Amino acid sequence: MASAALADRNRRTMLMAFGMALAMLGLGYAAVPLYDLFCRVTGFGGTTQVATEAEADLAQRLAASAGGRTFSIRFDANTAGNMPWEFKPVQVTDTVAIGQRDMATYTARNNSDEPITGTATFNVEPEQAGRYFNKIQCFCFTEQTLQPGEEVRMPVLYFVDPKVLDDPNMEDVEQITLSYTFHRAITE
Amino acid sequence: MATTAEGFDAHHEDHAHHDADHKPGFFARWFMSTNHKDIGTLYLIFAIIAGVIGGGISGLMRWELAEPGLQVMGQVVEFLGGEGTFDQQGHMWNVLITAHGLIMVFFMVMPAMIGGFGNWFVPLMIGAPDMAFPRMNNISFWLTVAGFLSLMFSAFVPGGVGPGAGVGWTVYAPLSTYGAQGPAVDFAIFSLHLAGAGSILGATNFITTIFNMRAPGMTLHKMPLFVWSVLVTAFLLLLALPVLAAAITMLLTDRNFGTTFFDPAGGGDPILYQHLFWFFGHPEVYIMILPGFGMISQIVATFSRKPVFGYLGMAYAMVAIGVVGFIVWAHHMYTVGLDVNTKMYFTAATMVIAVPTGIKIFSWIATMWGGSIEFKSPMVWALGFIFLFTVGGVTGVVLANGGVDDNLHDTYYVVAHFHYVLSLGAVTAMFAGWYYWFPKMFGRWHSEFLAHLQFWIFFVGVNMIFFPMHFLGLQGMARRYPDYTPAFEQWNHIASLGYVVTLVSVAVFFINIVYAFVAGRKPEGNYWGEGATTLEWSLSSPPPFHQFETLPVIQDHHSSDDHISPAPAKG
Repeated sequence: MASAALADRNRRTMLMAFGMALAMLGLGYAAVPLYDLFCRVTGFGGTTQVATEAEADLAQRLAASAGGRTFSIRFDANTAGNMPWEFKPVQVTDTVAIGQRDMATYTARNNSDEPITGTATFNVEPEQAGRYFNKIQCFCFTEQTLQPGEEVRMPVLYFVDPKVLDDPNMEDVEQITLSYTFHRAITE
Repeated sequence: MATTAEGFDAHHEDHAHHDADHKPGFFARWFMSTNHKDIGTLYLIFAIIAGVIGGGISGLMRWELAEPGLQVMGQVVEFLGGEGTFDQQGHMWNVLITAHGLIMVFFMVMPAMIGGFGNWFVPLMIGAPDMAFPRMNNISFWLTVAGFLSLMFSAFVPGGVGPGAGVGWTVYAPLSTYGAQGPAVDFAIFSLHLAGAGSILGATNFITTIFNMRAPGMTLHKMPLFVWSVLVTAFLLLLALPVLAAAITMLLTDRNFGTTFFDPAGGGDPILYQHLFWFFGHPEVYIMILPGFGMISQIVATFSRKPVFGYLGMAYAMVAIGVVGFIVWAHHMYTVGLDVNTKMYFTAATMVIAVPTGIKIFSWIATMWGGSIEFKSPMVWALGFIFLFTVGGVTGVVLANGGVDDNLHDTYYVVAHFHYVLSLGAVTAMFAGWYYWFPKMFGRWHSEFLAHLQFWIFFVGVNMIFFPMHFLGLQGMARRYPDYTPAFEQWNHIASLGYVVTLVSVAVFFINIVYAFVAGRKPEGNYWGEGATTLEWSLSSPPPFHQFETLPVIQDHHSSDDHISPAPAKG
């Protein structure tokens, strides 16, 4: 039968093992904010970046010295299944020079007979473009509320970071698709 | 792997302690069991029952797929009291594939490998009187049973279109969150919580037992490879299962308490669920196969009458498989939209696993090389394992390529791959272990003839089922559907016939059990003879209820690398 010393040692080993299991459980939950942070920092999955006006000015000056490559930007709009909005881009494509600020506009119209608050998810394709696609202003930064039948224009102010020129994975990319999906906000 | 205790004789011990074989009454023995051998037996019985249910479900699936169109699902729905509409038939199919996957993974392979053979033979092989925490061992078993009941119960409560949880064994969001209303999915998720808790308790028990309770002289590097395999498996369980627990708890709160971990409308991301699931799911597939690796090592060494080739390489190959298994998970998710660099990493990392796996396959072959091979039934099953597992491993290397997987993802090629490594690999290993240890565990000889017969019928049957699935997958037949275009009919028909053949082999398996208990001879302690060198062979068959009250001492000169047996004389 187990001696007292062995029982002690067993208890310590067991507690260490449980500690590992608990740490992994914690890591499972920590994955939620970490995954979000990882995507925002690396542009993983085509996550776009947020830039200030000052950063946009700097990018424009840098780009001016780098020469004039352009990107074609396609605009895509979707709504979730339970979202009775009509949501579409005003222009389907646009051509921008690298570093140049550009304004794109979407329109959204609430076709239901009740006020609805929406929130938009977004990314770009191809996915490696995410870390170079900067938004200065976007309707997707906040929730949008539309009254019954109301139609609004929703602007996005963005630029493509000149650092894109240094990335070999972006060499053969000529077109970037900016995509939004409006969901019914879950706040109430 | 020479762990014989020199001159250790269990019978002596029996005379000294007359209560070594004293057993409690029936209820106390089987329902409140704290004896590792009894709990192992309970796990094996449980796994057989779960395997029959899970295998019966695959029978319904193969019956439905025997020809194009929907034939069987309507009858199943009506049998269970539904109306048999098209949607309900589709839902029933989803419920069946979900149940088949969950039962086979959590309630058949894991209980049999870890709970059954692990409980029975880890203490025996390291010379311990029992597990470190016998009562926790009992809790682990009954938690697993409770989990199984919860899963069974889910089939009878609403789960969206009809009764039951039809979300796949992966339980992907958003189908499992707002895609399936009703309590069935909650019960299925809860069943994973229970089974997972049981497995985590079991894993801590194994780790403690193996680290602290080895007999004097048995260093980690002298442990039998089966014990090594259970040790690595226990660590995988301990590190992987809590992540699954976190993910499915998030599913439960998303479903019931308004959180939005996986709902983009609230800032969540359904892809995060897939990352969490496969961070658990990939180690899980090694959890299912590693104990099999351990058993095969014991068996091949025994029947080649040679110590296993490259003992340390074999042990650390399992450690390497376990470690690398944690950093390859996204190869299950190539089509969610990963950029090329990410795919390149996961392709390369996945292929690296072929290296330690190859070390194991080649070491088994090298063990047999020059050995005095006896084709007893466990050896035949072990050879079947090596062949079938290698076939599954090769298709795994094909699927590891991100570019190739874009085409093959969610086709029957994938189904063929993972059934070759699990249904044909892990299950074959379990049958090998079953016939290797059956007389040791139950004190009766099975019929070697029936064991051989079962192997050959099984081998033909499972290959008939799963080999054609490679062709179907390459031709683009998608998995998870109850119907298909008539172009796929021929191979599906053959696969369904293969199921019937396999069913015959299962019948032979049960006949063999009945034969053993009715007419089986009583085995001696070491019935396999000189090739069987681990400590369980120093005991009677079955071993006394309490063994090793005097700990066996492992002699120093029996280190793992100094007992190359003399070369057999050439005739």
